[in-house]
Amino acid sequence: MFYEKLNKLKEKIIEQGNLVESMIEKSIRGLINKDKALLLEVIQIDEPRTNEAEIEIDEMCINLIARFQPTAQDLRTIIMILKMNNDLERIADMAENISESALFLIERPMVKPLIDLPKMAEETMRMLKDSIDSFIKNDPKLAKSVCERDDVVDAYRDQILRELVTYMISDPTTIERALHLERISRNLERIADLATNIGEDVIYIVEGKVIKHGRYKEGEGA
Amino acid sequence: MSDIVLKTENLTASYDEHIVVKNVNLSIIRNKITAIMGPSGCGKTTLIRCFNRMHELSPKAKVEGKVLLIENSNEIIDVYSVDPMLVRRKIGMVFQKPNPFPTMSIYENVIAGYILNGIKLKKSEADEIVEESLKKVSLWDEVKDRLRKKGTFLSGGQQQRLCIARALAMKPDIILLDEPTSALDPVATAKIEELIEQLKDTVTIVIVTHNVGQAGRISDYVAFMYLGELVEYGPTDVIFTRPSHEKTEEFLTGKIG
Ligand SMILES: Nc1ncnc2c1ncn2[C@@H]1O[C@H](COP(=O)(O)OP(=O)(O)O)[C@@H](O)[C@H]1O
Ligand SMILES: [Mg+2]
Repeated sequence: MFYEKLNKLKEKIIEQGNLVESMIEKSIRGLINKDKALLLEVIQIDEPRTNEAEIEIDEMCINLIARFQPTAQDLRTIIMILKMNNDLERIADMAENISESALFLIERPMVKPLIDLPKMAEETMRMLKDSIDSFIKNDPKLAKSVCERDDVVDAYRDQILRELVTYMISDPTTIERALHLERISRNLERIADLATNIGEDVIYIVEGKVIKHGRYKEGEGA
Repeated sequence: MSDIVLKTENLTASYDEHIVVKNVNLSIIRNKITAIMGPSGCGKTTLIRCFNRMHELSPKAKVEGKVLLIENSNEIIDVYSVDPMLVRRKIGMVFQKPNPFPTMSIYENVIAGYILNGIKLKKSEADEIVEESLKKVSLWDEVKDRLRKKGTFLSGGQQQRLCIARALAMKPDIILLDEPTSALDPVATAKIEELIEQLKDTVTIVIVTHNVGQAGRISDYVAFMYLGELVEYGPTDVIFTRPSHEKTEEFLTGKIG
């Protein structure tokens, strides 16, 4: 009864994770291949789907808590799914932001060849994938590795920003395009932060330990 | 519209002019588990005893209003205008305290409904009904070697499963369970709850419980009664997370009851 329902809930959040992951992948691929249809798909089809699924998952969690009054690891798992659900929905919004900027950029000449951004996106997606996998497999080691890789993505962001600044200074006509590129890298960085959140939550459900405030800063600039 | 199996219309029940169930309109959904919950004395037992005409067996008891048993869209039985024995065959009942018939063997207990109704079964037919019913309540493996022993030798949980088998043997449309686990330990309770879940594919279940946890765990729909009235009725997910009546809220949060 309870475990059947809990398993259904887990399936649902994994499905949501996969969808969100594919949105990031599509938005970057759409940018690189100048694929307008793909970018529109993220905005018009995928994002509304994630909103619906978020509400459904929320309700499933609340119903389970109200009806079965779970305790200990069962309770932590459901609370974790609630938080992860919230994180995934925000990640979907960020993928939408990336697609929007990509739509702007693909109609115009490139400021510079895309080198670091695809690498940053790849690393970010890997972090998200691993954070979800660590939840599925109950693997705190993998979850910890996600938290540690946050620095790599931050470094990419700084690097990209520095480079864009030099372009903007030397040729002000690039400013608007450069700002869109900056927006994409900023959203990727925020996605990596949220993947880190998920990793921290996994460590919490598996080990019952809070690592958030010790090692990792809570604040995340928008 | 959902598939309704039993419907009450302005159902009112009393003992010696004292009204204990007031004007209840309730539609029970087929092949679902409906929990009737509410504080002690609010009329839960009386309500379900009206469904299969057991209420009228109490002295000075009276019933007003209608109960309709909807077997299918072209066969609707007005419960109070047919033979009560027929109604009780179609709407079985399991009580709070397990009550296997003490003079009967396990085997006879399962087919007691037939024996008491004077329905003759061929030996092969009876064997089949006994085996099938005991299997449905997961009791077959535990008792198949001692079917001729008295049912009263079984544990409380086994006795209750035997009583459920006895009700199932009549192939009813609905089984009414009146706090079927209140006399059982947690392990036996969990087994019965699991069993009830499995049974809903075969039969509609109405279970009276004053245990909120139990209603939450097993029911698809919940009816909340208070002082003889049906206060609120709906899907368990809805009632348990956002009830619309203050009394329901108070009951669910343990402030009354
Ligand atoms: N046989 C009876 N004679 C007189 N009053 C009764 C009888 N059975 C129940 N009552 C009264 O009817 C009311 C409803 O009882 P009941 O249906 O058993 O409530 P519940 O099952 O919710 O505890 C109570 O006030 C109870 O005292
Ligand atoms: Mg009662």
